[in-house]
Amino acid sequence: MKILIKNGRIVDPSQNLDSHGDVLIEDERIARIGSIDDREATLVDAKGLVVCPGLIDMHTHLREPGREDEETIATGARAAIAGGFTSIACMANTEPPIEGEGGTRFVLTKARQARAAKVYPVAAVTKGLKGEALAEIGSAIKAGAVAISDDGLPIRNSSLMRRALEYVSIFGKPVLAHCEDLALSGNGVMHEGEVSTVLGMRGIPAEAEAIAIARDIMLAVLTRSRLHVCHLSTSQGVELLHEAKRKGAAVTCEVTPHHLVLTDESVRTFDTAMKVNPPLRSQTHVAALRRALKQGIIDAIASDHAPHALEEKDQEFALAPFGMIGLETTLGVVCTHIYHEGIISLRSMVELLSTNPARILGLNTGTLKEGSPADVTIFDPRLEWVVEPSQFQSRSRNCPFSGWKLKGKVVTVIVDGRIVFREGEIIGGS
Amino acid sequence: MKFERTDLLGLEDLTPEEINFILETSESFVEISERPIKKVPVLRGLTVVNLFFEPSTRTRTSFELAEKRLSADTVNISASTSSAVKGETLKDTARNIEAMSIDMLVVRHSAPGAARFLADVLSCPVINAGDGSHEHPTQALLDLFTVKKKRGSIEGLKVAIVGDILHSRVARSNIWGFTKLGARVIVCGPPTLIPPEAESLGVEISYDLVRTIRDVDIIMMLRIQTERLKECFFPSIREYAELYGLDSEKLKSAKSNVIIMHPGPLNRGVEITPDVADGPYSVILEQVKYGLAVRMAVLYLLSGGEFKGENSDQKWSDS
Repeated sequence: MKILIKNGRIVDPSQNLDSHGDVLIEDERIARIGSIDDREATLVDAKGLVVCPGLIDMHTHLREPGREDEETIATGARAAIAGGFTSIACMANTEPPIEGEGGTRFVLTKARQARAAKVYPVAAVTKGLKGEALAEIGSAIKAGAVAISDDGLPIRNSSLMRRALEYVSIFGKPVLAHCEDLALSGNGVMHEGEVSTVLGMRGIPAEAEAIAIARDIMLAVLTRSRLHVCHLSTSQGVELLHEAKRKGAAVTCEVTPHHLVLTDESVRTFDTAMKVNPPLRSQTHVAALRRALKQGIIDAIASDHAPHALEEKDQEFALAPFGMIGLETTLGVVCTHIYHEGIISLRSMVELLSTNPARILGLNTGTLKEGSPADVTIFDPRLEWVVEPSQFQSRSRNCPFSGWKLKGKVVTVIVDGRIVFREGEIIGGS
Repeated sequence: MKFERTDLLGLEDLTPEEINFILETSESFVEISERPIKKVPVLRGLTVVNLFFEPSTRTRTSFELAEKRLSADTVNISASTSSAVKGETLKDTARNIEAMSIDMLVVRHSAPGAARFLADVLSCPVINAGDGSHEHPTQALLDLFTVKKKRGSIEGLKVAIVGDILHSRVARSNIWGFTKLGARVIVCGPPTLIPPEAESLGVEISYDLVRTIRDVDIIMMLRIQTERLKECFFPSIREYAELYGLDSEKLKSAKSNVIIMHPGPLNRGVEITPDVADGPYSVILEQVKYGLAVRMAVLYLLSGGEFKGENSDQKWSDS
């Protein structure tokens, strides 16, 4: 089967490409880019649209196994394509955690059955995510895990973190680190600052993140291993990563859309949709993150999609769980508030959402080079729409952008040469 | 004049005019508690529920008495007897109570924002009787009222709030109240118990009690909770008392007409010595007394009552 994408603006940073033209897909692979006519092929008109390597969300939480009421691997994979992602990586903090060969295979099997976005498991660093002993990292990676992480539960023990970094370097994979000094963040429920003082809520100081980032950078340098810092949220963290990169350390980092556009002012109404970890920071930090994005200090944008049941979010702020969903809003929010506001170019946007995540996780996607898997996202950067969580594919509704008017939306998604999303509809899948 | 709000959740978003209006209305309710028969029919037929998720003697009793003296029917629900222990959510508890057609809810809860959360869910007026470390508006109103009775006006006064500012809803509400009415507020305590970026609340910060009390008109001592010791906010009760406890020795440097306040309950010998608490500058029991009048006024105004002025023939409209 052949698909011909006609007249799109093809943006592929992996081959330094930004030009108008056509993309031919044949037998699940990219066959050719250029000015192409092919009568046998299914036509996809991309006039006025951007055609780029399939977007990759390298940080999501699917709640299967354990909390299938909040999200399953299948619903998460469908939410991904509805948001323009052809691939997602899912974190290990399920119940039980994704650990070793068994857990990894479970995710891959479920993902295959879903026939939506590709789902790459991230396996646990420590047994049961308890932070006490190493999990079977090698078996997990051999079974298909793309990285390891105890995300959500930072590894307190510096010696264990050191061992994890050392050990995973056998396989050339990074540790995705949730950097937080738990003693310092204590019982905090929001960013520590003026707003937490007014509201009388326990704060999480920016330093809780920065101290942990500093530790992990030092351990990465010590062990000559790869460290990827998850959901960067502070100006101090930006400075530490900038400095480490300048010195040539093998560190990368990601930022979420919500940390780029929302501040702790959103918490003033005690809206639990705004409760997330790391917390929404003050304007100074948001400005620093946006600057860092512009300067190229940040490698990836990831949603940190964290589904939660309605009833768990619908209670007192202090009791509600941390987390917000983002698979179906990330492209729109980044397009509207980062790209259209002139912080980054279209090319950078594709780098942050596809090229770099693929490189960090060692995936064979994130490119439109001839012969690579035909994972393609086609989006309209000018299409305006209103965020309506009740319409989401995700099983959860804890979205902080409800009612927002956004500019930029996915039009067509192709995974392994199969059109899975077209004109707002998911095609096939289960 | 009528009070235009449907709930009293905090002082942060009240205007100085609204605060003054509540204080003026409160004045008219003081004499009720001085009558031989301490009862007026202004809330007759209305049901008020006092929903307390945290232990409280003073505030709950004060609300209950205020309600009874206004002839409301009252029900007290405390956490130990409510469904909270059975795992029912706050929202469900409140909706169930409202389904029984109540007219007003007074709520105390350990979570900041809990009163607002309920006000958003319920159609009846909600009065915040303390939500975590956030606000305790009726306490601040009664403190303002007490000072006004003593000094005639709040404007231009200098107020020191001393102790655990970090965890204190009383401090926050009083900071809003006093600064809105034109007083200067200094918060004083160990740096561990001063919230981050406290200056943004419009207050000055001091770590030195002796120096602070020299030129203030009001010293408001806050209760220090012994649980804070476990979290290492200070090394010992003894050392806390030495540095931040108010005793007659430290008081020597204060103004001769200084007013000493405390929201209670007192930790005698910790933040305040007995001779100071019971001494001539203390207005602690007057705070309790005026608390009743202030809460009557709040209940009355939120029930939709009008206040027609002290010299009117009929000060209050019947419900």
